[in-house]
Amino acid sequence: MFGYSMEEVGNIVVMQGFSGLSLFSVLLLMALGLAIIFGQMGVINMAHGEFMTVGAYTTVFLSKMAVEFDIVNSYFIFAIIAAFILAFFIGYFVEYALIRHLYKRPLDTLLATWGLSLVMQQIFRSTFGAKEVSAELPEWLLGSFKPTPDIDIPINGVFVMGLALIVTVGVYLFMFRSRGGLRIRATVQNRMMAGAVGINTQKVDRLTFALGCGIAGVAGAAFTTIASTGPTTGSLYIVDSFMVVVFGGAASLMGTIASAFGIAQAQSILQFFMTSSMGKVSTLMTIVIILMMRPEGLFASKVRK
Amino acid sequence: MTVIVDKCFGGKQGAVNLAILAILLLVIFPLWLDLFRLGLIGKYVTYAFVAVSLVLLWGNGGILSLGQGMFFGLGGYCMAMFLKLEASDPISTKIQTTPGIPDFMDWNQITEIPWFWMPFKSFPLTVFFVLAVPTFLAFIIGYAMFKRRVGGVYFAIITQAIALILSILIVGQQGYTGGVNGITDLKTLLGWDIRTDSAKYVLYFINASLLIGVIILSNYVLSSKFGMLLLAMRDKEERVRFSGYDVSSFKIFIFCYAAMISAIGGAMFTLQIGFMSPSFVGIVPSIEMVIFAAVGGRMSLIGAVYGALLVNFGKTMFSENFPELWLFLMGGLFIAVVMFFPDGLAGVYRDHAKNFNLADWLIARYTKWFKKEANMLGDKV
Repeated sequence: MFGYSMEEVGNIVVMQGFSGLSLFSVLLLMALGLAIIFGQMGVINMAHGEFMTVGAYTTVFLSKMAVEFDIVNSYFIFAIIAAFILAFFIGYFVEYALIRHLYKRPLDTLLATWGLSLVMQQIFRSTFGAKEVSAELPEWLLGSFKPTPDIDIPINGVFVMGLALIVTVGVYLFMFRSRGGLRIRATVQNRMMAGAVGINTQKVDRLTFALGCGIAGVAGAAFTTIASTGPTTGSLYIVDSFMVVVFGGAASLMGTIASAFGIAQAQSILQFFMTSSMGKVSTLMTIVIILMMRPEGLFASKVRK
Repeated sequence: MTVIVDKCFGGKQGAVNLAILAILLLVIFPLWLDLFRLGLIGKYVTYAFVAVSLVLLWGNGGILSLGQGMFFGLGGYCMAMFLKLEASDPISTKIQTTPGIPDFMDWNQITEIPWFWMPFKSFPLTVFFVLAVPTFLAFIIGYAMFKRRVGGVYFAIITQAIALILSILIVGQQGYTGGVNGITDLKTLLGWDIRTDSAKYVLYFINASLLIGVIILSNYVLSSKFGMLLLAMRDKEERVRFSGYDVSSFKIFIFCYAAMISAIGGAMFTLQIGFMSPSFVGIVPSIEMVIFAAVGGRMSLIGAVYGALLVNFGKTMFSENFPELWLFLMGGLFIAVVMFFPDGLAGVYRDHAKNFNLADWLIARYTKWFKKEANMLGDKV
């Protein structure tokens, strides 16, 4: 097959599969935030990629501080938390200033958040420069381990995946096992009734949006461990993450995980056997065709329309 | 007479507005601006085709397509392929390894012209494909999506993804499409050099007249019963469906029509500017074209033209003088238009010109003048 022996193909699939897992983790973290915002509130946040970039720049900035104070080995945990908090508060503010006026006009939200993303990109460019920057990684994130002589698995990939899993479980617990999640789900299902039983639905909207943005910030922190950050980094992932959310079925957590996994794996394995652009084209094309046949996505909740 | 005015120009007021636009494009700009600036206006006018298509599709139909750039690009690429084949005759490409094929194919070790380039050797077929390829693509997308009742934001996201696919494909298949640089070095159209000053003037006038023609045709579409149904579908789709209309067919039609208009703009772009590249196909240009329509007024065909002219004029001005400010301004424009001026310039004009009806004023004034002249004439006789 393509001039490789069977064993080599096996190794390639494992290694590409693993690099696919890093992509999967970033996509999953991005898509989780989007799924909360889009699936629960019906708001298209085109600036979601920029919230990820906020998280990434926060991490890079903190890593520079950490080098100065010589705490490189332990700063990363704080960086994740800081990235979350910063993106959360920016999201909170954006909802207050912009999104809440547009709930009745979803297509207009799309345009307004696109404008927001342009402004944020330019702010990044003016503040941090157009060049890509990368974080100083702690030593325990560098290197790789080798289960067999031919297979190389980078540790940062494992770390990012672990982080994505923890966040996913956290989101699940929050949405389905906590008071806050209950309020969000109630507001989504019936806004009037939720308001009638004493839920402050405006506050719920604001927190939901901010939470989604915060998770994008965590995605940004995770992103710095596998690639460098530039002003337009986030916009490269935005279409992919939207495809993940739509493909998975907007309101379904399982669907988001499954489709993030499928898209990331297909892309990274196909990119090895074809050129990088053709790998991406064939993945996206497959998704679009499947979506045309099954517009509600893979794991749609069964509702009567 | 009044029926024609109502149907094709959108009433008396619409006819006057259209006449003002026509005078501006066909008389004032060519007399006032030098050829370089006029060329820029010509470029903006090609974008105005897309803006007009979005007024139909988005303003009146409620369907937001974030992939109009791909139809613009496809129309442009079809035209560019014809011009490129004509420019790569064996004599002028004799230094290549394989003479007679486009230069970028030679650079990519392709030795013969691929099959899908073949039809573009003939001009009539090219004109046909300029219109047919984007329309057919729109038909497939529209058929697949609207028949399954996909609409709203899902439609926007999927058209955006398709625009992304097409631009990656064009960039990736360098040997067949010219890659990132696009198709450049276009010289003649059927032996007529399109780079001379006179050709530029002629193309500009063809372009502007086509735009006026498209606006008149679109006015006709909007004032027909179909236009009424389009508005009804935008506001209460279910009710139209329950009244027995086949909503999806109407949507497919307007999507195809919009794609065709955009493609005309793309083909005119290639002819006037002399190249076509993937930078007009992807996500960013597609969404920028939406802002032209939004700034001009999503419900106004003529407003959209002014929107395209103004936004692009601003873009050229600012990116020449303050490049770092431009993105702030563009982003701010998106937000401001959506938040404060949902009807764009046309809305502002309508609100402020409510008490001032230009058409009536002009007619009243000139009837008076005409009567006076006629009386004087009568006195003399």
